[in-house]
Amino acid sequence: MTYSKNIIDNIFGGIRPASRALDKAATTIQGWYDSGTIPQKHWAGIISAAKVFNHSLSSEDFFPQQTTKLGSFGYPFNKIHCLSIGDFNRPDIETLLSLGEHYLDLNIQKNPNNRVLKGKTLINLFFENSTRTEKSFELAAKRLGADTISMQIASSSIKKGETLMDTAATLNAMNPDILVVRHSASGAPALLAQKVSCSVINAGDGMHEHPTQALLDALTIKSAFKKISGLRIAICGDILHSRVARSNVKLLNMLGAEVRLIGPKTLLPPEAKTWGVSVFNNMKEGLEDCDIVIMLRLQLERMSDALIPSKREYFHFYGLDKEKIAYTKKKTFVMHPGPMNRGVEISSEIADDEQISLIKKQVETGVAMRMGILHALSESQDNNK
Amino acid sequence: MNTSTIINARIINPEDGYDKLGSILIESGTISDFGPEVKTKGQIIDAQGLVCAPGLIDMRVNTGEPGKENRETINTAAKAAAAGGITSIVLMPDTNPVIDDISLVDFINRKAENAPINIFAAGALTKNLDGSTLTEIGLMSEAGALMFSNGALPITNAQTMRRLLSYSSNFDCLISSRPLESSLSINTVAHESDFSARLGLSSSPAVSELIIVQRDIALAELTDGKLLIDLISSSKSLNAIKQAKLKHPNISCSVSINHLSLNENDIGDYRTFAKLDPPLREESDRLALLKGINQGIIDVIVSSHDPRPAGEKRLPYAQAASGAIGLETLLAAGLSLVADKQLNLMKFLAALTCNPAKLLGLDSGRISKSAPADLIIFDPNTPWVCKGKDFLSKSKNTPFDGRLMTGRNIKTICKGKLVFDFSN
Repeated sequence: MTYSKNIIDNIFGGIRPASRALDKAATTIQGWYDSGTIPQKHWAGIISAAKVFNHSLSSEDFFPQQTTKLGSFGYPFNKIHCLSIGDFNRPDIETLLSLGEHYLDLNIQKNPNNRVLKGKTLINLFFENSTRTEKSFELAAKRLGADTISMQIASSSIKKGETLMDTAATLNAMNPDILVVRHSASGAPALLAQKVSCSVINAGDGMHEHPTQALLDALTIKSAFKKISGLRIAICGDILHSRVARSNVKLLNMLGAEVRLIGPKTLLPPEAKTWGVSVFNNMKEGLEDCDIVIMLRLQLERMSDALIPSKREYFHFYGLDKEKIAYTKKKTFVMHPGPMNRGVEISSEIADDEQISLIKKQVETGVAMRMGILHALSESQDNNK
Repeated sequence: MNTSTIINARIINPEDGYDKLGSILIESGTISDFGPEVKTKGQIIDAQGLVCAPGLIDMRVNTGEPGKENRETINTAAKAAAAGGITSIVLMPDTNPVIDDISLVDFINRKAENAPINIFAAGALTKNLDGSTLTEIGLMSEAGALMFSNGALPITNAQTMRRLLSYSSNFDCLISSRPLESSLSINTVAHESDFSARLGLSSSPAVSELIIVQRDIALAELTDGKLLIDLISSSKSLNAIKQAKLKHPNISCSVSINHLSLNENDIGDYRTFAKLDPPLREESDRLALLKGINQGIIDVIVSSHDPRPAGEKRLPYAQAASGAIGLETLLAAGLSLVADKQLNLMKFLAALTCNPAKLLGLDSGRISKSAPADLIIFDPNTPWVCKGKDFLSKSKNTPFDGRLMTGRNIKTICKGKLVFDFSN
């Protein structure tokens, strides 16, 4: 993480010479020296001053490149796939989140010289419809310099009767580096991962997991609260069909949050209370004292037949509006993985209230977090070669 | 104002087994004191040594309103109930339209406002009783529906039943389900036995009931739902419920007064007034059900009041409608069994007062300070002959027509007001 020390010592020859060369107070330089980083607004000045000393610096030299090699706590990140939150340990997660945090800075994120994934190919393989996840991955990969292609399943061989494994073998023969897979069957990305030689990222499999969504949710929470540990977080709604909920429960539990699940019994998995969460059937009790409320979409398309009588009744008892959010009795932020059904699980007055809604923030964070994940997996690939 | 005292009463409170002579002081619709030492105040009602008990609660009443007002209206049912000593009734949802929406619950509530007794709606479990589409149980419960039932129709699909039990437990609602395996009982009109075989009637076996009793017990266990097994009729079902209740307090069952008083022989030479749903079964079943009440295994006795005009009954047995009226015979038929020493008075009254009150979450059904003054005064010993034509019900289809009865209701007080007096 520390790069300022190298720049100050090697180029300018210490704090005082640097202070003179940059025309800054020595205490400012000392601050950079101690923190290890240099604020963005000073980069241009440093780059031009370095030219005088015959050093050619670019903005890439201000990136904390070291972190990816070493990982946090000195523990190297060496995972090849991102299939389930359960595959990662706590240091892995911290590494991913700190990388995501790094890319949150738009100047870093949109830096055209970024070449972390230069020469690598990412294939988006979406067997289920998606807008935000697919585009988010595509954008993340492109901003890291990768070549991306998106498989149009509707016009592909899948529709002609090819099996998942044959498609995987075909794609593998094209030597991609990263495969981003969404599939309606739980476990499909894990099956693919066994058959291909590249990294596989699970972008949602049936009712199983959606690990990148959980990571971006965690990063969004971390950005809003500066911490996750000790927060009380409620996940509300159609938990039975939600892969986001399953990933979030694992991740937020690992990061030390107190997780609550709230929903009607027909939309809660049996024995959910063994997941290390407390379970509520009533918003009033469940929302008390919550810092974050994550609303889930009612996945009517996954229900074999109605598990709830009507949208009207669902909204009356489980839709988040101003009245229900008051049950938390404190300042609360609302999240939603999208797409939202307004008037079914969330009211517009909540969804559009910038003071409490982090929903747009989640999408923004999504690109940064996915850049972090791609970055980590790519480095890990290189290190394992 | 609104103060009265019942004196010279044998006060029976089935909730705690209280049975003493004394007085009950009623002030503004609630019981303010009772016992041997109560000072009289206001208007005096002399019970003349007769029994004063909480007003009966009948959890299963059909009327024809809305849709078939020629059978019975809510108003005529309320008058009949008051005459029979019943102060609260729950109306079944199988009307036309079916009570499957909050606006229809509201309709019943509005009708109830002017009635002499307490009238509550039971909401339908499935839309139009189709057996598969869940109704808005939460919203109807908020609107005042006390319980949920699919009327006379069973829920045939186990997945639907599971979801109903599971979903309703969010709101702690009571789900009443008719135990009936429809593939075994479709188009049948009698209990499967030697007797019905000789009469040449198509019949369903008692296990048709047992199969669904066991299914619903298993589903209630799985979901923690609050289940009322509605109208059991055989000893087999009773045994299964007895076992289940040892482990699961959320399971309860009801029986109709008809199945405690009559058996399959009462259909005799095709008496359609004794054609009931479930069918009358064997004498051994009847005796087992009586034992079920005396031992406290059966929670609730209902009238299963089902008014049918003569046109629906005066048909060949197989084509005639099932069902019998019962509001005006419920108490008397039970008291007759008590007089015959077949039924324990305290257990009988408990199954009509505190037990249903507990299941429905009502604060009536008991004699205690500040409880609603829903009370009846009845004579447990007076003999009389049951004549259908004298009844207040719009339909006269009683299976007890011409029978000798022992015991009858004398006065009914609902919310502190005298709503029926036999001496008038």
